[in-house]
Amino acid sequence: MSVVFEQIFQVGFLAAIIRIATPLAFATLGEMFSERAGVLNLGIEGIMLLSAMAGFTAASLSGNLWLGVLVAVLVGALMGALHALFTVALGLSQHVCGIGVTLFSSGLAYFLYRLIFGQQSVPPSIDGFKPVPIPLLSDIPILGPAVFSQFTLVYLAIIAIPLAAFVLYRTPWGLSVRMVGENPRAADSAGVSVIATRFQAVILGGALMGLAGAFLTMAQFNAFTFGVVSGRGWVAIALVVFGRWDPWRSAGAALLFAFVDALQLRMQASGLGHIPYEAFLMLPFIFTIVAMAFMSRNAVAPSALLKPFRREER
Amino acid sequence: MSAPLIEMRGITKSFGAVKANEAVDLSVAPGEILGLLGENGAGKTTLMNVLFGAYAPDAGEILVEGRPVAIHNSADALAAGIGMVHQHFHLAPRLTVLENLLIGIAGKSGRIDRARGLARLDEISRQYGLSLDPNLPVSALSVGEQQRLEIIKALFRGARLLILDEPTAVLAPSEVDGLFAALRSMAAQGLGIIFISHKLNEVRALTHRCVVLRHGKVAGRVDDPASTTSAEMAKLMCGHEIVPPVKQSSTPGASVLTLDRISTSAHAGTPLRDVSLFVRAGEILGIAGVSGNGQRALADVISGMLPPKAGAMTIAGKAVAQFSPRELQTLGLGRIPEDRMTTGLVTNLPLADSMVLPRIGTEVFSRKGLLNPAAIRAFAEQQIKAYDIRCPGPMVRAGALSGGNLQKVLLARELAFDPKVLIVSQPTRGLDIGAARFIQEKFLAMRAKGCGIIVIGEDLEELLMLSDRIAVMYEGRIAGTLPSADATVARLGLMMTGAEGHA
Repeated sequence: MSVVFEQIFQVGFLAAIIRIATPLAFATLGEMFSERAGVLNLGIEGIMLLSAMAGFTAASLSGNLWLGVLVAVLVGALMGALHALFTVALGLSQHVCGIGVTLFSSGLAYFLYRLIFGQQSVPPSIDGFKPVPIPLLSDIPILGPAVFSQFTLVYLAIIAIPLAAFVLYRTPWGLSVRMVGENPRAADSAGVSVIATRFQAVILGGALMGLAGAFLTMAQFNAFTFGVVSGRGWVAIALVVFGRWDPWRSAGAALLFAFVDALQLRMQASGLGHIPYEAFLMLPFIFTIVAMAFMSRNAVAPSALLKPFRREER
Repeated sequence: MSAPLIEMRGITKSFGAVKANEAVDLSVAPGEILGLLGENGAGKTTLMNVLFGAYAPDAGEILVEGRPVAIHNSADALAAGIGMVHQHFHLAPRLTVLENLLIGIAGKSGRIDRARGLARLDEISRQYGLSLDPNLPVSALSVGEQQRLEIIKALFRGARLLILDEPTAVLAPSEVDGLFAALRSMAAQGLGIIFISHKLNEVRALTHRCVVLRHGKVAGRVDDPASTTSAEMAKLMCGHEIVPPVKQSSTPGASVLTLDRISTSAHAGTPLRDVSLFVRAGEILGIAGVSGNGQRALADVISGMLPPKAGAMTIAGKAVAQFSPRELQTLGLGRIPEDRMTTGLVTNLPLADSMVLPRIGTEVFSRKGLLNPAAIRAFAEQQIKAYDIRCPGPMVRAGALSGGNLQKVLLARELAFDPKVLIVSQPTRGLDIGAARFIQEKFLAMRAKGCGIIVIGEDLEELLMLSDRIAVMYEGRIAGTLPSADATVARLGLMMTGAEGHA
């Protein structure tokens, strides 16, 4: 066991946590914006998968990674708009539509991937993003190599957290988002368009989910596989609750989950070979459930979450 | 008076075959408080929703300072200087006072402009004497303070005409005085105010002029409310004279309900402590008291929702053993709960289902363990006719009915089974005069038939009119019981504060 503890304080371990946390942070912030506006987006898992596939394909065909990121973001936003069309404009059940979006996006991703790349024994890969050390900051001991010698997308995630908090708490648009998620009627009577605000929040959320997908296939794995998302979307939904719908707390929750996930990866690798590796894979999810049970008891969801807004109804 | 601030001309609005408003004319001058009176369903709220842009009128026009304006939504109404304080507040409870004020207001360079918001709030506070802590979350405010925030919100957006939809329904008497002072101050500074109410004494005390609606049409205008009697205005509202129900003298029979030293644990609000009381056949016992002094626990014990910790209860001489609602009902208890919507009816199910709810599974409405839809429907139709319940039919969603009609439903379903004892809480709260009189007359008729009735209420005038005896609750005890003949509002008020012991 001492091997495990030695490895915890290695630089590589810290860097792994940051890397694992990055797609979770994007996805969690995306889901948070959507839910703060009152729309649960269960399409997240499928949106991440389709964006991951679309971004990978665009990067692979064009040779331009940033074009791939752009395509992933646009696809995410488009799928967000689709979810908003069903749940906001038509006022349909958010649960059912979210699951529908996930099933549709996943199926579409697999289908298009087969169509474009055919069936290959070894999945095609791309030359993904390379770490970009930040001058001076990357020279700081431990923190430098762990945090400041990362992919550009990681830096983007680190900037996205305070930016999300600023937008949500300090801008009129953010106030509108929070208001339509708490009491849409109040927002409506104040002259704020509930439908437009919800659309915008769900689309922004979809774009962030797209970024999460882009990170997976263009920085973390550099290839698209059918299990590339493997539940990260569902985890993000739990992390939003765990983070009490707050950008800072949600990002903290993503870091905590990433810590446990990195830990189990190390445990798999560190010669505890008599335990099946599937047992370690369960750890982060067990952690999520336990953490939710203890920490989320007094978490209060946005009051209007799951409730469609129709003006004539009272 | 100067040129009208707002003028509505010939407003007509129909919902299907129902004409909610028909050719309504109305105007408000700067500095004027206009009362808009009418029974429930007379079209007051519809008219105001047309003015605030929630409904488009079928015909008619709206003029602001003499110019015709088109109001399609609340943003248009706000831009025209019209602000509305709805009956149900439009606030986000977890956001702060300031955030609720700033919603929908563009800040400079894309950021929320807190400093300007605070300055504006301060200005409004000083101008009209309405102050609030800007950093408190709305959930920490009392109902009165939330209403003040709604008023500030309208003023914050530059409203020159303020519509208040039944603002006093949610307020304690002391808060009403504060509201009226603020409204008078606003009018004195040139704002126009439309005050919607069916409380005649309030309209007479506050307004300069009144418009009375009945069945969607203007039934009359009162130019001097202060010197017009309530009876005259009530006649305009109802279309006929309102006669207070006459209480026949009666000789009470044997006791039908007794509570002997009942105490409860601290479960819901103030617990009962050593409460003993009785009601006789053909007698109405009023329970007075400031809200929150154990009335809820008393109603819950008597209706079988809260088993007591100590003490005994008998109904028609039989001891109550289980304290379950079904047992009490079998012994002859009828109950009309305080909250019609949550503990009275199932608002999303058909009316007929709610009507038979307390007796579902009994022989009356089921056969061999299966529901008997024909019997249920027949029962509902019969009651709808007998109680003049205004609704499209027995299969309509219960929640679609107005408060007065819902109360009739609750009354009908209990009285149909001739209870020996009836317990009712706040029977006429929120109802207009016509519906309230109907309910009160039914209670008196039941009394004449030998039913013992307990009425828990806060309206002392009503308790004095209905009751034979009045018990006052204070901190979970019975502070004293008076025959109605000896009781006055003043004396009861004193007992309610715990100042006077057993009489």
